[in-house]
Parts: sequence; structure tokens; C-alpha cells
Amino acid sequence: MKIKFWGVRGSIATPGPNTVKYGGNTTCIEIRTDDNDLIILDAGTGIHALAQNLLKEMPIQAHIFITHTHWDHIQGLPFFIPIFIPNNHIKIYGGIDPVTNETINRALSVQLQYSFFPIREAQLNARIEYATVKPGVPVKVGSATITPIVLSHPVLNFGYRIDCDGQSVFFTGDYEPQLNIYDPQDDEYAEFQSFVDAKWKEVVLAMKDVDALIVDSSYTNEEYASKQGWGHGTYDSGIKLAIAAKAKKLFFTHHEPTRSDASLDAIYQNLLQNNPETDCELLLAQEGVDISL
Amino acid sequence: MPNSKNEQLIVLVEKMPAFPKSVQQVMQLTSDINASAKDIIRVIECDPVMTVKILKAINSSFYGLPQKITSVQRAVVHIGLNTIKNIALGVAAMGMLNADNKANFNTSNFLLHSLTTAAISKMLAERIGLPSTECGDCFVAGLLHDFGKAVFAEFMPDEFKLALEKSREQQLPLHQTELEFIGLNHSQAGKMLAEKWELSGPLIDAIAHHHNLAPSENVLRDCVFAANQISKHMQFGNGGNPMIEDFPESIVARFGSTLPAMCDALGDLQSIKTEAQSFINL
Repeated sequence: MKIKFWGVRGSIATPGPNTVKYGGNTTCIEIRTDDNDLIILDAGTGIHALAQNLLKEMPIQAHIFITHTHWDHIQGLPFFIPIFIPNNHIKIYGGIDPVTNETINRALSVQLQYSFFPIREAQLNARIEYATVKPGVPVKVGSATITPIVLSHPVLNFGYRIDCDGQSVFFTGDYEPQLNIYDPQDDEYAEFQSFVDAKWKEVVLAMKDVDALIVDSSYTNEEYASKQGWGHGTYDSGIKLAIAAKAKKLFFTHHEPTRSDASLDAIYQNLLQNNPETDCELLLAQEGVDISL
Repeated sequence: MPNSKNEQLIVLVEKMPAFPKSVQQVMQLTSDINASAKDIIRVIECDPVMTVKILKAINSSFYGLPQKITSVQRAVVHIGLNTIKNIALGVAAMGMLNADNKANFNTSNFLLHSLTTAAISKMLAERIGLPSTECGDCFVAGLLHDFGKAVFAEFMPDEFKLALEKSREQQLPLHQTELEFIGLNHSQAGKMLAEKWELSGPLIDAIAHHHNLAPSENVLRDCVFAANQISKHMQFGNGGNPMIEDFPESIVARFGSTLPAMCDALGDLQSIKTEAQSFINL
């Protein structure tokens, strides 16, 4: 299995001289099985550069798994050039939003409206299919098995585990591990904590022993103090997950939009210094680098 | 009642609004970016309509969860507060449950009965040493046990009014007179809806059998049965049923106490009533 990050930035694209090294596009990850099946995790702005790279392979079959429908994870969909070209087959997977009861097709159709985009959905030339995925129910793509799990975020968010060719990858999408919202002296504290602990075990089990764990690590601990409930993890919460799940490699992604290359480098050095004993290899997600597992 | 009528009821309940105070509070708290998660959850979990709609959304087979989500708190941990908040907001946007329904069924008194039954049910669960996770489920079962009555008052007020009147005048159990005038009682209606909404097995059973005197393996049901009688004995609110059942043997065995002895042992429950009222009075 091969992985390539095409977008590593959270919230909004951040092009410019300060993001040249790690990249400024929003979330998009390409995964290739040994048989060259194409699985794409999320369709942030990074999917545009991926699309350019796919032009030489046309016609293509692409399986796009959307973790959640926040803008930075879907805004590249109308710019995924293969959707305009006949004979391509694009299948888009996602959950049903429990608030709106809408399926994943809305992630594209809502963008292809007169006021927002010049081309109508009916004018797309590729064969576009949508599939609803359910937590815990695996989906097959070639030799790969993709299994979703619900991970807490301010909108329905799936983490996806991909098992293929004896290797495995887990991507959290955007995820803030749930904290206890009660104070220790509150009556509800113990009960709530037992739910938090149970969910933690479920999450760790879902990412158990993966070769690569890709986590939302938007914040440092200092930043997180004022950003609880925003729906994102920290570098340390990512490390905690990786250790508990015995992941072999840990990729930090969803880089905070104001984070420069220099500050990411500094954070990375600190992480290495502070975690010398971990068996897990710590890495910052970086656009355009080919990763073989 | 013919099935098509049941199906009609299911459709109607989809649009059933929540109780006025919780609607107002949800609107207020969801407009305040600094509102605490605790406050929001507390309001939602004290409203039967909001609670069932959240459990229904999360337990829908679209999500195919291996284990049912049985309380609002569990739902928050599973999917995140914002989604729960927005489901509640969607319910709030449907308006408020009318206090003056044609059945003359006082929904504030009903809610007080439901909330105190919920709190007492949880208290009983703690008393017999259930794990804290299950105690929360007992609260939910107590809150929802009479949900069918709220549905009758809203959507079948004429028949329900007759059932209420006959029950009151002739001192008959309400579930008996409901059968006569509506063709199904509130336990059966509650069960039907809970099944349709794919709620947990023990919760469906507790709603279905909360008037059943036969022994049950389901501790959730037993807590609700006992709490229901205690709430009525204490005259906390009014669910429309004038009849109080003594604890049958199996309930005495479960809690080690008869109804009067249990009421004595629990002591002053006024604080439960006062707290419940704070979620009702506008």
C-alpha cells in the first residue's frame, strides 16, 4: 500500500511562502493498493493537484471516502477534473447526517448550484455514484477493506481504517477525543467518564496495530486550553492514541492554518525530544511525499 | 386499532413538538456560544420528546451501531455535542407542545410525573447497586415510560379525554380505559413507537411492561414500575392514572421493601420535585 498526502492543512487553504515545505492545501490523501486501486480520503483543495496527476491515467476509477462534510474536506470536489471526463467512474462514500438526514451526494450537489459554480450536476460526464457507509460495516474496494467508525467532531465524522495487502492505515478525519464535560464533584462525572472510557476503547480497537495512523493534531496543549469543544485533537492526544493502538507510524495532519513551516519544524523537534521512548515513528504529514508502508 | 392507524400515528409523532420550557432553553442556550455543555445536555435529557428524537436518530439502522445508544449522555460521547445540540434545535424549531390540548391533559403535570419517575427510577437503581451506566438508562426509562400518553393527548385527544374521564370517575387504571376508547393503551403505543425508533431492547420492554405485575428479569422495568408508584404516592405531578399499585412480590424482592416502606426509606423527595419543576415552569 502507498500513501500520498495532497492536502494537510486544516480549516482553510494557506498558500504562501510560509507553507511551502508542508503544503497549504486542505485535506486530501491518496491511497494506492498493490493492485493500484485508487482510494482517496477527503476532497479538500489538495484533490485538485491529485486530479492533475491522474490525467495521464484516464479513464480512472476513484473511490472517494469523505470523513465529514465540513468545507475544508469537500471543497475540492467540483475541481476534481475526472468528474468532467467521460468513461471515468467516481464513487463517493460518506455517512447520513443525523441532523439533516441528507446523504453524501449533497456534498457535491450543494456546490454545483448556479450561484456557486458554473456547471450543473447533470452536466458531469463521468459516471458518478454515491454510497452510504455505516459505522462498523466494511466496504470493499478491490483488495482493500475500508471500515468506518464514528469519531466525535461538531458534525458526523467517520474515521476510516483501510486494510489491504496485509497492511493497514487509519485516518481520523477531524477528531477531538471526548473529554469529561463534568467536574469531579458533579454527580454525573463518574457515569460520563465510563462512557468516555468505553468510547476510547472502541476507538483504540478500531485503529489497533495499524501500520500508519493519520490523526488530526491541530493544536498544541497550550492552544487546546482555549479550544476545547472545537472538534480537533492535539499532538499529544495523537501520540496517546498511537501508543494505545500500537501504531507503527503516526502522521500528524490538519495543520493549523496559521502554522508556518518553521513553527511546524519547531513543534516536531519538541515532539521528538519529549517522546524519545515511543516505539511509534512520529511524522508530520507533508504534501507530495510518496510513502510506502 | 388497525395497523394503518398505527402507521398514521407514527407519522404524526415525527412532527410532535417538545415541552415549552425545554424549547425555550434550547433556543437560548444554542444561541450562546459560551453556553456550557452540561446545561445543554441537562435540558435535553429532561425532555421526553427531545430525548426520544435523539435516541431515534442515533439508533437508526442507517448507523448500524452494534450496541444501542441508551441515553443522551452516551449519544454525546459517541457523536459529539454539536450534532446532539442541532438535533435538539431541530425539535425546538417544530414549536412547543400545546399545554391546552383537547384532551384536557395537563402536560406540565404529566412532565412532572415523568421527570420525578425518572429521577426516582435512577435513585432506586443506585440503591440496588447497579453500575452507574445503567442508572442513567433507568432515568431515561422513567422519563419515557408514559410517552404514549403525550402522544394520545396530542393526536387522539377526543378518545384520550374519554379514557381519562372514565379512569378518574370510576377509579380504574388508565391503561384499561385507554384500551376501551382507543384500542391500545399508552404502554402499547409507547412500545410500538420505541420499536419503530429502534430503541434498546430493555428500554422497549420497560415501556411496554411498566404496568405488568408479573415478575420480570428486566431491572430497568422494575425500577420504572416502582418509581412510577412512588411518584404517584408522593403526588408529584399527574400522569392521569389515579390508581397506585402495591409492589408485587417480585418488586418487593428486587428492592427489599414494600411501597410504603420504600417511601419511608427514601425520605424527603421534595428536592427531586423542586429540581424537576425547574425544567417545567416557564
